[in-house]
Amino acid sequence: MNSDTNNSVNEIPLIEEFQKKIDRDEKIEPKDFMPEAYRKTLIRQIGQHAHSEVVGMLPEGNWITRAPTLKRKLSLLAKVQDEAGHGLYLYCAAETLGKSRLEMTEELLSGKAKYSSIFNYPTPTWADIGAIGWLVDGAAIMNQIPLCRCSYGPYARAMIRICKEESFHQRQGYEIMLTLARGTKDQREMAQRALNRWWWPSVMMFGPSDKDSPNTETSVKWKIKRHTNDELREKFIDAIVPQAKKIGLTIPDKDLKWDKKRNNGLGGYAHGKIDWEEFWKVVKGNGPMNNERISSKKKAWDEGLWVRNAARMHASKNQSTVVAAE
Amino acid sequence: MKKDMVDMVFEGLLRIGDDNLILGHRTSEWCGHAPTLEEDLALPNIALDLIGHAQALYSIAIQLKSDYNHEDQLAFLRLEHQYKNLLLVEQENGHFGNTILRLFYFSTYMKYFWEQVSINCFFKKLKEFAEKAFLETSYHSKYSSQWVITLGDGTEESNKKMLEAVSNMEPFIGELFDNDEFADISFKNKFLPKPSSIFKNWEKEVKNVLKKGKLNLPEILLKKNGGRKGEHSEIFGFLLSDLQYMQRAFPNSKW
Repeated sequence: MNSDTNNSVNEIPLIEEFQKKIDRDEKIEPKDFMPEAYRKTLIRQIGQHAHSEVVGMLPEGNWITRAPTLKRKLSLLAKVQDEAGHGLYLYCAAETLGKSRLEMTEELLSGKAKYSSIFNYPTPTWADIGAIGWLVDGAAIMNQIPLCRCSYGPYARAMIRICKEESFHQRQGYEIMLTLARGTKDQREMAQRALNRWWWPSVMMFGPSDKDSPNTETSVKWKIKRHTNDELREKFIDAIVPQAKKIGLTIPDKDLKWDKKRNNGLGGYAHGKIDWEEFWKVVKGNGPMNNERISSKKKAWDEGLWVRNAARMHASKNQSTVVAAE
Repeated sequence: MKKDMVDMVFEGLLRIGDDNLILGHRTSEWCGHAPTLEEDLALPNIALDLIGHAQALYSIAIQLKSDYNHEDQLAFLRLEHQYKNLLLVEQENGHFGNTILRLFYFSTYMKYFWEQVSINCFFKKLKEFAEKAFLETSYHSKYSSQWVITLGDGTEESNKKMLEAVSNMEPFIGELFDNDEFADISFKNKFLPKPSSIFKNWEKEVKNVLKKGKLNLPEILLKKNGGRKGEHSEIFGFLLSDLQYMQRAFPNSKW
């Protein structure tokens, strides 16, 4: 994508001023001028992020009624509720760019809009709840912390709040894994199996390698994105590997090894080959739970139509009562 | 406290704790499946309050008996007949209007219940807890009353669905106000209010809300009861298999 595409000659000075503003690290606000491509990129990115929060409620919601203790049940409920809240802020942030939540929801349900592929994996055991918190929220934070400084004001502000909650979720997830790892043989095995299931999908959450990521360059220029996919992925791996070691779990990558030359001599982990075929298979809709996730959201949406219609009708009746009374 | 008083307090805490746990469980089943994102936020929030109440009540209860050392034993490791919740709260969710009406009936009842406990209860720990519970339950009652009015008044279809909900709930309301032997004893000992004493306020408020939603409250008769004695609906076993799965599959583990 090129930032200058489809802009009229009259807009060129505005675009230059827009870029200067970004270069000065000033925020772009909803009523400010912005190139159409910037608006579209943000709508797509914030919309996908909002959808991910909302779809992400399903794999974890799957364990609320079966959570092993009251304490865990309450934490999980609070976490899933936070995710609905994140979805709401993000839809609101996207709405400031001119697209309604209804339109975005319809695009999600029709399959036109994407959400994070990670939620197309199943949560067969309680340990998956730990693994999601630890790895998926961990990867999400790596992606999201730079977004707190994103050039678009409403998105950056939403991200500050979201990141605080996400880092709490990540600690909670790691603590679940730690408890399992220190538990019985069955619990340790459950934790290891969950790590085996979630490791590669989490590593893939950062998206394609930089050489195959067409949006990165423009997004970096616009300060929507501040690091490349590979940079973030490596940072994530470097953070998680010692955490896994600490609790006695094994990262399922036989090629993972410490390389002291990485990161300008500070060292870092070299990882094995990522199965991008698997990544694209899931992105294209053929992951283990793609159909179930969307069918489930669609069912809830369709079954809730009468409720939303009633709310609209009730509000409009009340509106006319107020008008009549005036 | 004498043994019979301990038994009475324990039984009372279980009854209210179980009501909250089981309704919280049912409410949590909505998570991710609600008609709007706002409701996807509200329903888990309410489930969180209800299950939080259960946890607090069980934690008071276990201090009374040496057979228990953790509230999870009460929540997860009893047999079906040892749960003392109302039949109303264990019923399947049905549609959104059904869930909302059940929440409205229950939380309006509990609002008046907690209010009286916060004034009259001799047992300090519960009396103090009642103040917090009153506030949260009042919010649940208000939230659900707004939806009852909205859905009752909204469209022809939504009114029809709410009529269905009124009729679905009707056999289970009588049990809310049933004064059994325990209720009489606990009232005499200034522990809990008599369920029947809540009826007047409850009826007035419920009728008023239903009327705004173009609905009527049917005559309340004691049609189905047994929950307080541990006699539950068939579906309750499935609820427990869900709730207890982990504790049963992996006994004596720390989570």
